[in-house]
Order: sequence, then structure tokens, then C-alpha cells
Amino acid sequence: MLAQQLVNGLVLGATYALFALGLTLMFGVLRVINLTYGFYFSVGALVALWLARSVGLPIWAVVLLGGVAAGLVAVVVDGVLLTRLRRTKAGELPSLMVTLGAVLALYSLSAIWLGTEIQRFPFDFVDSSAFEIGDLRISLVQILIVCVTFALVGLLFVLLHYTRVGLMIRALAENEDTARLMGINVDAIVIVVSFVSGLLGGVGGVLIGLNFNAIQPFMGETMMLRGFAVIIIGGLGDIRGALIAGVLLGMFEVLTASYISSSAKEAVAFGALVLTLWFRPTGLFGRKEVKRA
Amino acid sequence: MAEWLDDFFFTYETLIHGIGVHGLLALSMYCVMAVGQLSLGQAAFMGLGAYTGALLTLKLGLPFYVVLPASAFVPALIALLIGGPTLRLSGVYLAISTVGLGEVLRVIYINFESLTGGALGLSGIPMKASVSLIYALLLIALIMFWAVGRSRIGRAMEAMREDEVAAGVMGINVPVYKLGALIVSAMLAGIAGCLAAHSSSFIGPNEYGFETAVTILSFALLGGIGTPLAPVLGALVLTALPEVLRPLADFRLVINGMIIVVAILFLPRGVLPLRLRRSA
Repeated sequence: MLAQQLVNGLVLGATYALFALGLTLMFGVLRVINLTYGFYFSVGALVALWLARSVGLPIWAVVLLGGVAAGLVAVVVDGVLLTRLRRTKAGELPSLMVTLGAVLALYSLSAIWLGTEIQRFPFDFVDSSAFEIGDLRISLVQILIVCVTFALVGLLFVLLHYTRVGLMIRALAENEDTARLMGINVDAIVIVVSFVSGLLGGVGGVLIGLNFNAIQPFMGETMMLRGFAVIIIGGLGDIRGALIAGVLLGMFEVLTASYISSSAKEAVAFGALVLTLWFRPTGLFGRKEVKRA
Repeated sequence: MAEWLDDFFFTYETLIHGIGVHGLLALSMYCVMAVGQLSLGQAAFMGLGAYTGALLTLKLGLPFYVVLPASAFVPALIALLIGGPTLRLSGVYLAISTVGLGEVLRVIYINFESLTGGALGLSGIPMKASVSLIYALLLIALIMFWAVGRSRIGRAMEAMREDEVAAGVMGINVPVYKLGALIVSAMLAGIAGCLAAHSSSFIGPNEYGFETAVTILSFALLGGIGTPLAPVLGALVLTALPEVLRPLADFRLVINGMIIVVAILFLPRGVLPLRLRRSA
């Protein structure tokens, strides 16, 4: 029983980690707490659902295209909302508020357009076969989720540390003005980072959609709480921290649901968030925050 | 009272209650933003006040003058719990840690069914919050904010809003002011929630979520936070607007969201760019 719970927790945690990665990347590089990020999660899932139902694409194409669609939405949203604020160096709170207003408008519009009923993938879309080792049951979807997560994390790591674009992204994360002075096309890098973050969020949405098979426009909203808990626990802007914290949170949630009560599960993320803020405000692996005037 | 006035009150009673309650909520948002912070937990604080008030009235039958302060006290405790650690950090932490508060409380309201009525909420709450009480409290709150705003404390808050580091260097105890502002704002939101519960006779677990939190922020941003009156006027406009323009009712949340976007991008000082006047 415990082994099964740990597997389920790992799968859930992998999607949390994937979701949080894009969020923490956005904060780490662009210095924006972007609340529209939850919407990219919904976009990924909704586009995947549409592709699977109406176009009839196979599962790998659905995951990929769902992510790409979310990435493109992220680029457009970032361009419309945040370019102006970035030019005037408006700081963290105005950009947070503008994305907050935008996300309410986006969710409400998509709810008016698509309705809020829960929708599902076609009956035989997801291969429901599973490996069984003794009592332990691991479905193909679960394996897919974990593999996609680790593949994307690996790709992100390679992108950031072994490519020229990655070097530019890290330079931008360090200091925008200096990056500009070094001849880096900051606007282009911002687009790349938005796209990659949106893609990570969107793929997260598709995978969660596949895992629970319940999709509706507001699904990204409840995910944001988890996303924020993970990036705070892991340390804002810390990719390795987000990965570890995401997996840990997933495990804790599943264990809480099975050994305490399923309703207590919803409070785990928030409890962990508040505890982290009290005792390790810079996150589990975070460095001390430097105050700058 | 003239007959047409009677009719008017009868037809628009909920709207009149709503404007008063939303005015208080807008002030609670103003209180946090006046020190340069952003809380997304105002709706959650409101819900705590509403549930505390409704439960004390329904289960214990306490008189309203006991219920009302109690419903300010519970949100204040939660504000202390969250604000204690976050307000020592940079501005975004409070926003992040309050964004999920409403969601967590919703799950609690739904699952503690024996106490909170679960998904059905609590109904049959006696209508103890009269229009005059709501508006009297709103007026008192406005006057108090006005007086505080013109005092030494108000000047300190404005200095923090403009530049936190500089304010700290000038000897302002920044964390204490921020925590104080958050607690006062949580109390106000709790009172507003309690008044709302005792004027609509029903409360449900889904009324205090993300949408409500953003709507409260849109009140403050439409008015701007130059003076305490501006957010109240913002609340007035945004509460009355869907009534006046019925066809827009479905798009109410879309409009509230767009207002925030436009206000931040193009009108950083709000639609009413007023400032408190004070002698040098």
C-alpha cells in the first residue's frame, strides 16, 4: 500500500514540479510573479482536449501541441501586459497586479465561451493498461507523466547551461541593464523565456488533464496555490529547488490523503507554505535575500 | 418617509447594502496598499468574518454588538499568522502567500459540514445589519482613515509606499507599520463580511474565493489610493455598474479584470488622482 502511495505521490509531484518550473523560471529571469501562468496550464489542457476530440491526434502530438499553444499564448500575454511595465521599470507589485486583472478577465471569458462543466478525453484515448508488480500498479499514463517531466527538466537544464541562448537567459536573470550592455537582445530573450515557461505550464496542464481526466477552464486556478507553495518552498527562482519541492509536495499530499483524510490534502500546500515562510523564508535551498535600494 | 423613497429602498435594498459593504472592503484594501503592500486575502478575511459572525449568531445567539467585534478578531489572528513572516520579506511574498488562503478556507468550510453547513452554507441568518449601521461604520472608517492619513502615521505610510528603504533609514519601523496595516485591513474585511452575512441572511463557501479577492482589488485600483474616499467611490461605481447596465452582468468579472489592467498600465494613480492635503 505504501509503495503504491509513493508512486502516486511521485506522479502527482512530477506534475507539480513541471508546473512550478515555468513559474520559477519566469520569476527568476523576468522578475515577474505572473498570475496568468495558471491560465497557460488551462490552455494546454483545453487545446489538448480539442485536438484529441475533434482532430483525433495521438497522445504524443497532443502533449506537444498543447504545450506549444500555451507557450504562444504566454508570449502574447507577456507582450501585451508586461512590455510597457518592463520599459518603465515598474517593479514587482504593479506587474503582479496587472497579471492578476488579466487572469480574471481571461478565465471569465473562457468560462463564458466554453462553460465550466468538467470535460473528458475520449473514452479510449488514454491507454489504461498498467504494469503490475505484486500489489503495485503503475499505469502507462503515470510512466508517461514522469518521463515527460524528467525529459523536460533535463532539456531545460541543457538549454540554460550548455547553449548560447541559455547563457543570455542567465545573464538577463543576473541583471537586465548589464545584459543589454553586453549586446544581448533582451526583448528576444524575454520572448524565449515566456515561451519556454508557457510551454512548461501547458504541458503540465495536459499531463494533469490526462492523469485525472477532468478538464475545465478554471483548473489552472487551483493549481496556482500549489505552484506558489512549490516555488516558495524551493526558493524563488531556484529550478533545482522547484523540482525537489514539487515532488515532495506531491508525495505529502498523497500520503496525507490516504493516512489522514482526503480533505486535509487541500491544506497541505498552504500549511507548508506558511511554515516555510516562518522558518526558512528564502526556501529550502535559498540563499539569503540581498536588500537593494 | 416619502413613498417613492420607500419603494426605492425596497427595490434596491440589496444593492444599497452591497455598496456599503463593498465600500468597507475597498477601504480594507486601501489600508494594505497604503503601505505599499498587496494582499490577495481580503476576500478570505471577509469570509472568515462572515462565518464567525453567522456562527456566533446562529449557534450561540450572542447579541450583535458582541458578534461584530468577534468577527473582526478572527481574521486579525490569521493576518498575524501570515503577515508575521511575510512582511519582513519583499513585497511579493504577502501577495503570494495570501493568494491561496481563500481556497484553503473554502475547503475547510465545505468539509466541516456539521459546523459550517458544508457546500450548502449557512442560511436563516437574522437581518441585524441595517442600512444605517453599515453606512455609519463606513463613515466612521472613512473619517478614521482620513485622520490617520493626515497624521504622523499617515506620513510614515506614504513614505514607505514611495520608498521602503529610504523610509526605514529615516527611522520608520517599517515591519511594524506593515503588520499593523495588514491586521487593521483584515479586521475591516471581517466586519464587512459579518455585515454582509447579517444583511443577506445566507452565506456560502464559494463566495470568498479568487474572483472576490480580485474584485476588491479592482475597487481600490479604479479609485486609486491617493485618499481613502477614492476606493470607496471605486466600489460604488463597480457595484452599481452591473445594475445599471444589465446586459453587461455576465461580463462583470471580465470588466473588473480589465479595469485592473488598464488602471495599472495607463492610470497608475487611479481614476481619481487625488492626494491628501496636509500642512507642511
